[in-house]
Amino acid sequence: MIEVTALCKNYGPVRAVDGVTFRVQRGEILGFLGPNGAGKSTTMKMITGFLAPTSGSVQVGGHEVTKEPLEVKRRLGYLAESAPAYPEMTVEEFLEFIAAIRGYRKRAEARERVERVVRLCHLAEVRRQTIETLSKGYRQRVGFAQALLHDPPGLILDEPTDGLDPNQKNEVRSLIRSMAPDKAIILSTHILEEVEALCTRVIIIARGRIVVDEAPEALRARRPGARLDEIFRELTIG
Amino acid sequence: MRQVPPLFQREFLGYFRSPVAYVFLSIFLLASVGLAFFVGQFFKAGNASLESYFVFHPWLFLFLIPAVGMRLWAEEKRAGTIELLFTLPVSTVETVLAKFLAGWAFLAVAILLSFPLVVTVYWLGEPDGGVMVASYVGSILMAGAYLSVCALTSAMTKNQVISFVLSVVACLVLVFLGWNVFSELLASVLPVWLVDLLANFSFTTHFDAFTKGVIDPKDVMFFLSLGAFCLCLNVMVLDRR
Repeated sequence: MIEVTALCKNYGPVRAVDGVTFRVQRGEILGFLGPNGAGKSTTMKMITGFLAPTSGSVQVGGHEVTKEPLEVKRRLGYLAESAPAYPEMTVEEFLEFIAAIRGYRKRAEARERVERVVRLCHLAEVRRQTIETLSKGYRQRVGFAQALLHDPPGLILDEPTDGLDPNQKNEVRSLIRSMAPDKAIILSTHILEEVEALCTRVIIIARGRIVVDEAPEALRARRPGARLDEIFRELTIG
Repeated sequence: MRQVPPLFQREFLGYFRSPVAYVFLSIFLLASVGLAFFVGQFFKAGNASLESYFVFHPWLFLFLIPAVGMRLWAEEKRAGTIELLFTLPVSTVETVLAKFLAGWAFLAVAILLSFPLVVTVYWLGEPDGGVMVASYVGSILMAGAYLSVCALTSAMTKNQVISFVLSVVACLVLVFLGWNVFSELLASVLPVWLVDLLANFSFTTHFDAFTKGVIDPKDVMFFLSLGAFCLCLNVMVLDRR
């Protein structure tokens, strides 16, 4: 579904992403781990077509992102790091706007789409509030709702549980898990437990390069008995 | 171009969802009508025309249109919504066009809200309707050209203040080119043909004809092509990511 090959990104003289290669199939949840500034967000921004790669390729559903960006964007839902949304719009207005952009132009159709994600993301009680008045947790859910609205085959989630309280984190995780069977999901996180609880595969990225690409159990098995964050530190600093 | 309508709608209504629209419309009307009354001698002139209203537009737009244009892209960049926007299935051309048209429509509303003046001159005398229509057309076209310059500078920065200052300076140059005092100054250093050529790029030169009731295709083309040029640059600036 999502195929990334030898992806590189330079910011001036700095190489932020350096030859990243991986594939994600439907049914997989890929956890993207790495210290801040390792290149996780940059990689995700290139997959979603927001940033142009310096070199390498990204294919989503057989479409190359630099050649057919719209085809790729149609197949992906993207939750960016700070869950950006237009602050002066109400939740409902915002989701209706997204529905229109996603091609649901008939009223009934758009309504149905919006209702579905409002239910899925538990937004009913804030649907008429403007987004600027929402708490961090709700904003995150609005971002989620926006990404899920068109029921995309691929989901790119940049720190989806960041800033949520433990209950909300659990909720988001079970939501992701429930969608997993027919979607290719990539999520980035700092929380190692989350990877174990959720992901079918882990990629650890440090200084723009992939240092680990394996199942969470295999990662754990590298140093039996050691805590995950110890393994993580060893891999990303060493 | 399928995505232009929803983008336009969001952008246009966006003005009215925040205080921006109300503050801007009030200030615009106060300033434009105030200038016509107190500086332009709207009543004392004893002339049933809106000349004293339109004559100040090039100068008024100089400060007020950058105030609308500066947020166009700078705001999206600051709030991070640009990342949302450009990961939705929309092309840069569609987005640039929709945003510009929404801003332009908003400015047209501001300009057309001066209609009580039209009613007043009809009530007091027998104005030339054609001249008024031409003046409104010219003013709205000029507003579009100003806005395209501001949209471009806004796309170049995420700081609204920088965007505002750049827009004012760029528009100031475009206004000054047609101002006698400025062209005489230029003529002392540059050859006359060059000064004349530069004067052709001035907003005021092209706007003046409209206020006299002449809709010259040359002038219409000037504003439209300047707008199109700036919007093309705007697309190019945004595509460099």
